[in-house]
Amino acid sequence: MISIIELYVFVLAAFVGFQVITRVPPLLHTPLMSATNAISGISLVGSLVLAGANRDSVSNWLGFIAVTAASINVVGGFLITDRMLKMFRREPRPELAAPGAKVEKAGQRGGGSR
Amino acid sequence: MSARDLVIEAIYLAASVLFILGLKSLSHPDRARLGMQQAALGMVLAIVGTLFNHEIVRFDFIAVALILGTVIGYPLGMFVPMTAMPQRIAISHMFGALAATLVGVAEYRIHQQAMPRSTMAALGFEVLFGALTVTGSFMAFGKLQEFITGKPVTYRGQNTVNITLFGVAIAMFLFLIFRPGTPMVFYGMIALALLLGVFMVLPIGGADMPVVVSLLNSYAGLASSATGFAIQNNVLIICGALDGASGFLLSVLMSKAMNRSFGNVLFGAFGSAQPALAAGAEAKDLTVRSVSAEDAAIQMAYAGEVIVVPGYGMAVAQAQHVVRELADLLEKRGVTVKYAIHPVAGRMPGHMNVLLAEANVPYDRLYDMEDINPEFERADVALVIGANDVVNPAARSDPQSPIYGMPILDVDKSKGVIVLKRSMNPGFAGIENHLFYAPNTSMLFGDAKSSLTRLVSEVKAL
Repeated sequence: MISIIELYVFVLAAFVGFQVITRVPPLLHTPLMSATNAISGISLVGSLVLAGANRDSVSNWLGFIAVTAASINVVGGFLITDRMLKMFRREPRPELAAPGAKVEKAGQRGGGSR
Repeated sequence: MSARDLVIEAIYLAASVLFILGLKSLSHPDRARLGMQQAALGMVLAIVGTLFNHEIVRFDFIAVALILGTVIGYPLGMFVPMTAMPQRIAISHMFGALAATLVGVAEYRIHQQAMPRSTMAALGFEVLFGALTVTGSFMAFGKLQEFITGKPVTYRGQNTVNITLFGVAIAMFLFLIFRPGTPMVFYGMIALALLLGVFMVLPIGGADMPVVVSLLNSYAGLASSATGFAIQNNVLIICGALDGASGFLLSVLMSKAMNRSFGNVLFGAFGSAQPALAAGAEAKDLTVRSVSAEDAAIQMAYAGEVIVVPGYGMAVAQAQHVVRELADLLEKRGVTVKYAIHPVAGRMPGHMNVLLAEANVPYDRLYDMEDINPEFERADVALVIGANDVVNPAARSDPQSPIYGMPILDVDKSKGVIVLKRSMNPGFAGIENHLFYAPNTSMLFGDAKSSLTRLVSEVKAL
């Protein structure tokens, strides 16, 4: 039986979600998607119980697949979010400091590719 | 509630707070990384806490599945290139929805005879949206990975078929709420939802994928929230709601950026046959000015300000690193280089930002549409790399155009425009782009990456 408390939780969480996520700049929309993906891996809490409760073998196997799928999202999701966020860097300060002296000798190649 | 359960609930609460703080940290790129690492800690806590659940009596399935998930998830996290991000995100929606659906099926199998209506409603919603998201996300993945055609697949009566299927699925769902003990209907509904996922994404073209991927994100979230209702787990409800809210907000933003409603994206099959026919005729009396890499390089090297406008073409050509190299060279000559990012440039929200960040472009050089549009008037050169519809002035001026009203980057207002383009083929929407014929526009034909490489060597030679 679902209690009214759970509806409260849902509505309030959705409200918090809207408030928090409207503040995410478009710059970080891709990391946002991968972050929510990683967080949605929390369905593991349901899948783990299913896989370990030993109700019958069908349940075990359904749980097995669910745990696998959810943990792919957890592991892959958090790793890729971190990998992306690591790339977002602010401009190094010295470059801004001296606008007059920007023309340098050719031959110094920018390390553009990685 | 036993002491053990109380501890587990406390851990779940802590995890929920960490997740919300993690998402909050994404409001600023400097704090985001730490915040998400804390969210990951919350996830580890929640998983460890769950393992103490008294219902769990055997760990062999759990251990193997966790290891398998890690083995598959690790490369998906560490080695997928940034250009493949849209399909990577799409497939992860599939995994998330799959987990939710399977938990729903298992719950139904055990409790179907004595299931309260409210639980059945939650379960039904869970498997309906879960199953639809599984196949829908797989289709989106296929289209983005291009083993399924990226073009809209349409046929006569398609919308009628889809709406009918959806109606039947909803009817089965409602029936189940009143008669939970009818497994035939339950499994029938899942089969229908799986089919519906395929049919829904089939008519949607590649350029509309940002909306679809966001929408599927939202569905996956709602499905896992419903799981939380069904198994009475608050952390699931909270995370599902966060996920759902995020996906929903993103899809609204994306639709807005295309000046289209949800309905139009889902049922519109944009850019199919008609507009392309009209396009050819009017283009004949217009001339295109082609430019050599040398002249384009001179134009940019002696400019005061250059605004780079990347589009999906840059992602396809994987040209982001060369873009950065060119920008570095220009900056050394004293040119100000900025990047203008349209919200729907690319195949998912924020696609261009990630690619440019990967190429070490500092994020304070990346400007959103509203911030950069007034700047174009002052810019000497707008360098358009593989973008088309998002810079088409017809969206402002031509009420007949299918993209009329869509907010665009005002590239045509800058003093000079250089467009890197493979050929004169119209863009995704099949609409002629008058920007290409404007007197201040010059076209540099060729693959974006090789054109940029030529530009780099020309600028160096100056």
